[in-house]
Parts: sequence; C-alpha cells; structure tokens
Amino acid sequence: MRPFTYERASSIEAAAKVAASNSQAKFIAGGTNLLDLMKLEIETPAHLIDVNDLGLDKIEATSEGGLRIGALVRNTDLAADETVRRDYGLLSRALVAGASGQLRNKATTAGNLLQRTRCPYFYDTNQPCNKRQPGSGCSAIGGFSRQHAVIGTSDACIATHPSDMAVALRTLDATIESVKGDGSRRSIPIADLHRLPGDTPEIETVLEPGEFITAVLLPRPLGGKHIYRKVRDRASYAFALVSVGAVIQPDGTGRVAVGGIAHKPWRVEAADTELPNGARATSRVLLADARSTGQNRFKIDLVERTLGAVIAAAKG
Amino acid sequence: MHPTQLEISRRDLLISSAATVAAIGIAGGAAAQASRNEMAYTTKLTFTVNEEGRELDVDNRTTLLDALREHLHLTGTKKGCDHGQCGACTVIIDGRRINSCLTLAIMHEGDAITTIEGLGKPDDLHPMQAAFVKHDGFQCGYCTPGQICSSVAMLAEIQANIPSHVTDNLNAEVAITPVEIRERMSGNICRCGAYSNIVDAIIEVAGTKA
Ligand SMILES: Cc1cc2nc3c(=O)[nH]c(=O)nc-3n(C[C@H](O)[C@H](O)[C@H](O)COP(=O)(O)OP(=O)(O)OC[C@H]3O[C@@H](n4cnc5c(N)ncnc54)[C@H](O)[C@@H]3O)c2cc1C
Ligand code: SF4
Repeated sequence: MRPFTYERASSIEAAAKVAASNSQAKFIAGGTNLLDLMKLEIETPAHLIDVNDLGLDKIEATSEGGLRIGALVRNTDLAADETVRRDYGLLSRALVAGASGQLRNKATTAGNLLQRTRCPYFYDTNQPCNKRQPGSGCSAIGGFSRQHAVIGTSDACIATHPSDMAVALRTLDATIESVKGDGSRRSIPIADLHRLPGDTPEIETVLEPGEFITAVLLPRPLGGKHIYRKVRDRASYAFALVSVGAVIQPDGTGRVAVGGIAHKPWRVEAADTELPNGARATSRVLLADARSTGQNRFKIDLVERTLGAVIAAAKG
Repeated sequence: MHPTQLEISRRDLLISSAATVAAIGIAGGAAAQASRNEMAYTTKLTFTVNEEGRELDVDNRTTLLDALREHLHLTGTKKGCDHGQCGACTVIIDGRRINSCLTLAIMHEGDAITTIEGLGKPDDLHPMQAAFVKHDGFQCGYCTPGQICSSVAMLAEIQANIPSHVTDNLNAEVAITPVEIRERMSGNICRCGAYSNIVDAIIEVAGTKA
C-alpha cells in the first residue's frame, strides 16, 4: 500500500471541497472495496477522507411517500430495516444475496454503488487492463471471459458491475443525491449514474471528481411481488453470474433489471412491457444487442431461464 | 489541481525537514521528522481491546488486523487471505462482526473491539469456544478464532431479527435453523472442511441460549 494522509471529514461540504481540489484524495466509507484495491496498489490515493462521522446513517420517510437512505447506512441495516423489508423487499433480498455477514456490517450504500469490477485482469497488475491503466489493452477480450459482460460492452472493456444492491435500486428507480466540490447539490437517476465502458472504461460513473453521494432516494412503494434471483457458482458468498431483480404485479405486469451482464445494472424499459408475455419475449428485448465472447454465451440463455423462474415464482 | 495543505507530498516534507536540519542542526531535524510523521503518515489512536484501553501510534496504512497482531501481539486473530474473502480475521466491534483485514486501525478511534482472546480464557471458555472443542469444530484450527467470533456475533444478528439470503419471510421473526446458520457463516472458510461440526457447535449454543 502507498502511504497516505488521513482526515475525518467534519462536514459534507468540506469533504466534497477537499476531494474536488485534490485529485489524489478519495473518500473512505466501509473501506471493504477501497482498501482491498489499495493493498494491490490498484487504487493509490495519497489522501483519505473518512466520511463515517457525518451522520449520514439514517433511513427516513420522504414527504413523497418514499424513503431517503443515508449514504453511510450499512448494508446490514438497510436490509434489516422494517420499512425496506415490508415495502421494498427486493432491496433487502439483493443486499443479503451479496458478500458475507461481516462485509455487509461494514459496507455502505454509497460504497456498494461505487464498488469496482471483479474482472480478474483488473485485479492482476501484471496484465494489461484499460480500466486500471488506460490504453494498455483489455486482457479479458481473448482471455478468460466466462464471467464478463454480454451487453453494452466496447472494444476497450467487457467488465461487469458487481453490485447486487444496484440491480434492486435500478428496478426500483432510485435517485442518487450528491454534493459537488463547489457545494452545489444535484439528483441523479440511478439509470444515469453508471456509464457504459466506451473508450474510457476507467470512468465508471457520471460523478464529477470529488462529488460526494449523500443519500439514495426510493420513490413510493410499488406493491407487487419482490423477487431477487441470483445465479452463481456457489450457493453463498459469490458474485453473480446473472441476477434478476423484479417487481411483478398480480396481473403479470412489472419491471425487471439484470445484474452480472453489463457495466451497469441492466434495464430496458421496453422489456418491462413484455413481462406478461413471458421470459423469452422479455429477454429478447432486454438482450437485443447482446454480444458474447463465446465463453460467456451461456449468460444469454441464463438470463431467459432465470427470468422464467422469477416469473413462475411471482405466480406461485 | 490546486495544491492544498493536504497535498504536501512526501518529497516536500523531506525537503523541508532537510532544510530544518541544515538550519538548526541534528536535534531540530529529529523533531521535524517526528512532527512530519505525525502530521502526515502516522496517527495516534486510542481504542478498547477486550475491555482494556490501548493507545497506539501507527502508520496510517496499518489494518486493524495488523494493529492487533503486530502491535498488540494479540495473535489469536488470524491473517488468512488479507482480502476479506476467508473470515479468519473476524473480530467483533461494538457487537458486530467485521473483517479486521479490510479496515484501517485509525478508523476505529474510540471503538470497543473484542477478539478471540477477549471472549474467554483457557480456564474460562466462552460457551461457543467450549462447544467448538466438544464438537470438534476444527482440524488445523487456523480459521477457528474467526469462526468463533463470527458465530457469536451471528447469533446476535439472528436475535436482532436481521434477515439472511435463506430467510423465507422477510416480515416474520427469523428462526435459528441449520440452514440459516450455514448461510450466515459463509463468510468463514474452513479448508479442513469442519463445517458440519461447526454447525453442531453453534446449534448447541443457540439451543442453550433460547
Ligand atoms: C470477498 C468479497 C465478496 C463480495 N461479494 C459481493 C457480492 O456478492 N455482491 C455485492 O454486491 N458486493 C460484494 N462485495 C463488495 C461489497 O459489497 C463492497 O465492497 C461494499 O459494498 C463497498 O462498500 P464500502 O462502504 O466498504 O465502500 P468503500 O470501500 O469505502 O468505497 C468504495 C468506493 O466508493 C467511494 N465512496 C464511498 N462512499 C462514498 C460517498 N458517500 N460518496 C462518493 N464516493 C464514495 C470510495 O471513495 C471508493 O472509491 C464483496 C466484497 C468482498 C471483499
Ligand atoms: S474487461 Fe475491462 S476491467 Fe477487465 S481487463 Fe478488460 S479493460 Fe480491464
């Protein structure tokens, strides 16, 4: 690990200001992703801003009938929250499908959204990787790519976004609240938060340098059945090969987002309208432009089958 | 990029302390060096470990795991993967289990940390420690401190009605079942495969508690 200086932020505005004025600074929340990457010198911040003392650990009702989740709410607490369990069960389900009890006790809402890919070449500093070292090439293309993305990829990067929680938030149409270095605030729909890799896979979100996430907002509850189905190589404590987050109403209408297949949680609103027509029709629209490497072609079938299981479970 | 007070690089600091040495001699240089470290790359911290107040001055990079093992010589907590994947480093902080390898010591100012040494002593075992011995919940024993710390806090999580991946009904009380225990303990890997005995040990403790 490279040496770094450390401070505990005393206010949201101060944290954003310091981060925006110092390109070497990073926020640290739970630290479960950042420290992992710092040990491997994939992340090399020269200054850490600890944001754990900012009082952003509350879950509150909004005047619109939704929920405001503080950026520092731990994954365990979010999954266990009574309102979340009752009205946004999909979110609880996605959270407890991820990582381990120990990790969820530390991991935060914002940190989870901003966790970086699990592409093995991104982690292997001996291999070229455009995300880790722009311009060096993509080792996954032509390499082992079984776990990589099948849609929204580019010639520069085929990595997936690893978060389970983000899939649920995409299904639920959450909004991200943030503060920029100049103190201005904005709201970002979750659909716009994560970018596709394009020519700049190192830029993963639309957040500006130093921009600080303060909360995630959920709109009013949708009712219906909330299902999160995660398919992975072992039954627990593994990242998704494919995951499906869905809210399905008694009449078969609903919405769906898919994890493990793209650089962001994947949702195509036009596919939602196909849900009453079944898994094949829905996944045809969802994966219209899918492009596999061969090794990960199975994911295309897996999406349809997982979706089929989810639709069946919603009827049951 | 605007240079700020926080951006003083190591090189600048070395240059300035070298200048100080030149100006005021060796003693002044040593003082400048100490303050350089304090200001930049090391931090003093106090926390409670196993109910004892401890004071440390650590390199900012020190993980909680290394602080416990290398600085406080509490070597019961083990380093397995050092990347949050194996659970051997599990400790309990303010009642919650975490991976001590994926957190910085300096982020735990004022916290109350419990390690395997704090749960019980050889002549006064914690019920979970006794149950692991009774049920042979280990072979080589390397993952055991993490397994035990994890299982103690895990039962508290069930009691606090925190759901898991295998919880059927999110809106009912979580039950203590072998399936729940297995799922919740998946963050602790045992290369010897003592899992079924570990589950037996935990069930016994859960049973006597309920
Ligand atoms: C072994 C292992 C298994 C895992 N399995 C899964 C899994 O199955 N599913 C899954 O979804 N996840 C999994 N994870 C990932 C885990 O969910 C993330 O590490 C965690 O959610 C990150 O949250 P954090 O608070 O620790 O983030 P940190 O490590 O503190 O931060 C992550 C990033 O977010 C930035 N950041 C943090 N807070 C803010 C903020 N408020 N505003 C702006 N930027 C911010 C940081 O600067 C950093 O770049 C696993 C992790 C490990 C180690
Ligand atoms: S897929 Fe992306 S993250 Fe993986 S090696 Fe290629 S560029 Fe790097």
